[in-house]
Amino acid sequence: MRVALFVTCVNDALYPRTGIAVVRLLERLGVTVDFPAAQSCCGQPQYNTGYRHEAEPLMRRTAEAFAGYPYVVTPSGSCAAMIREHYPRMGRKAAGEGRGTSLAEAADSLAPRVYELSEFLVDVLGVTDVGAYFPHTVTYHPSCHGLRALGLGDRPRRLLAAVRGLELVELPGAEECCGFGGTFAVKNPDVSAAMGADKTGSAAATGAEVLCGADNSCLAHLEGLLRRAGTPLRAVHLAEILAATEEEPLS
Amino acid sequence: MTGTHLGMPAFPEAAREAVRDGVLRANLRHATHTIRDKRARAVAELADWDRLRAAGKAVKDHTLRHLDRYLLQLEAAVTAAGGTVHWAADADEANRIVTGLVLATGEREVVKVKSMATQEIGLNEALEAAGIAAYETDLAELIVQLGHDRPSHILVPAIHRNRAEIRDIFRTEMGRWGRPAPEALGDDPRELAEAARLHLREKFLRAKVAVSGANFMVAETGTMVVLESEGNGRMCLTLPETLISVVGVEKVVPTFRDLEIFLQTLPRSSTAERMNPYTTMWTGLGPSRGADGDGPTAFHLVLLDNGRTDTLADEVGRQALRCIRCSACLNVCPVYERAGGHAYGSVYPGPIGAILSPQLRGTSSEIDASLPYASTLCGACYEVCPVAIDIPEVLLHLRERVAQGGPVTRDGIRVTLRPAHGHTAERAAMRAARLLLDHPGALRAGMRLLARARRLRPRRLPGPGRAWTDTRELPAVPAESFRDWWTRERGNPQ
Repeated sequence: MRVALFVTCVNDALYPRTGIAVVRLLERLGVTVDFPAAQSCCGQPQYNTGYRHEAEPLMRRTAEAFAGYPYVVTPSGSCAAMIREHYPRMGRKAAGEGRGTSLAEAADSLAPRVYELSEFLVDVLGVTDVGAYFPHTVTYHPSCHGLRALGLGDRPRRLLAAVRGLELVELPGAEECCGFGGTFAVKNPDVSAAMGADKTGSAAATGAEVLCGADNSCLAHLEGLLRRAGTPLRAVHLAEILAATEEEPLS
Repeated sequence: MTGTHLGMPAFPEAAREAVRDGVLRANLRHATHTIRDKRARAVAELADWDRLRAAGKAVKDHTLRHLDRYLLQLEAAVTAAGGTVHWAADADEANRIVTGLVLATGEREVVKVKSMATQEIGLNEALEAAGIAAYETDLAELIVQLGHDRPSHILVPAIHRNRAEIRDIFRTEMGRWGRPAPEALGDDPRELAEAARLHLREKFLRAKVAVSGANFMVAETGTMVVLESEGNGRMCLTLPETLISVVGVEKVVPTFRDLEIFLQTLPRSSTAERMNPYTTMWTGLGPSRGADGDGPTAFHLVLLDNGRTDTLADEVGRQALRCIRCSACLNVCPVYERAGGHAYGSVYPGPIGAILSPQLRGTSSEIDASLPYASTLCGACYEVCPVAIDIPEVLLHLRERVAQGGPVTRDGIRVTLRPAHGHTAERAAMRAARLLLDHPGALRAGMRLLARARRLRPRRLPGPGRAWTDTRELPAVPAESFRDWWTRERGNPQ
């Protein structure tokens, strides 16, 4: 099977480890991974801040970059939700504004082919045990877009529970937002930090060594708070844990 | 809407104060988490919740689509039952009508049952200016009124107060408005409720005029429906001689049968009860029609627009008019939990306030322009909404209105809004980011520059980035981007 990796701009620039982990994981499972070079940002920062027109060229670029791939896999619930939920809306709005149907067609063509990593593993490949080894106590924060917009359910937790050596502890109030919210973190910094501090506080109280999530943006916010507070808890992307083996442990 | 809250600082500044108030945060956290958990249990009891939710949405959408027809039907039914219908285009007109009606009775005081619509138009202030005293009779509203405070929640207006604060308010303020609180009043809920009961009873028995809102108005019968927990509303509706009800035009439902849906979804969503303790249904006049002699001899219904038909003209934003004011979205919202209701600068706080207020009032004030951004778009509000208002969708729609401008209906006229002030720098940054992101070659070069300068990474960023570094560390810049790793390992990408 051949899939296209949509690595997302945040992972490309700041968390290449996540992209590398996805490549290693998928290849270990027998999947051929392509990295279409024309890809960039999905346009979510612009769209979510109210700049729909600035997001449109990025939507067109994304749709063109992944044309022809039956599966597009991304390690971000938030970017997957942007494409699946909002691209079709943007396409319809552009058509409604009399700017033709090509954006709508591009959006409708791409949306059903985009999979968040855990969805792709569980639904398409049909695996929950991906052969990973990670001898640590882990707690999982389900980011809002994955949880509510995509309806990932317990897929990430099932994948984690099948990792050898891993002890999964439940995060109290897991379904509550961490307070990142894209530009919310900058526009409403006090509320954002208060929400994040409650989240990292609950995570630390579980006694886990690792706070796992499936969105590097939320993790960047939480990790930033943990490091500023000097908490030893580490924030790690789901892909890195699933990619770790005895031979190639997570560094 | 009333100007009471306008001139408020934007949401981020107002929220900052609230976040730093430890007592307020503890009060809010305790109250919202308690009701949140209870609501989830009450909703889980119904196997057909999703169908009730869809039915409620469908009834509301149908009514809004044919609002003109149902309002005329309502007017005819209320008139046939002996009531008088008044139409108010805005807050000023509604206040003028109500004030005139009260003055015509010769009375100078009214009792009120909790009503969002009368708060929205600032009726108490308008009555006061005309020399009329308005007494709130809902316990929480009484606390707010005695405390010279503002409500901070749709359903629990005094949610931001704890028992000790309430005792202090009762002790110092009750005597100035009527029967004083007992000398040794403690902070036991039973004692506090009894003090309020005795204080209010005097008002109910004396009042000749009452002012109410309504949860629903039934078009086919002209029936007014008020749901409440304490029975004070029923006293307001039945004891005085004149009843004046101010009701938003979106409160109409077509048939009596439609209530079947909302009488199940509203109590479970709001107070987590299977049924609210008091449901009062009132059609027309009392003694002249009823055998038991209860109820007012004059009934006036003031149908309030105040921005609602303009909102109805917006095809994304109009879903906010489905709201049945249950406040489930407030109780589940993590932003509301930290910021509190006052930070929203509106009688409608929380997620629903963030989409309703900027539509009813427009986005020209600082507070209204900031409200669509008072959310992380986490979607919890949409998940709990009993009429399935996609609040995140409307927030995004309104953000676009603020940031980019666009078509909007004001006083029935289609106009094109220009972007709100203060977004110039942000717009330039968004545009620059888009240009960079749309040129992967330039983006890659930029990442390499960043990687080379990674050791110079500052602990504090200037400008908007400071908001991040004030409380959080910045992520470390990696030595190599993913794109460069791929090229080094796999050769050039396709």
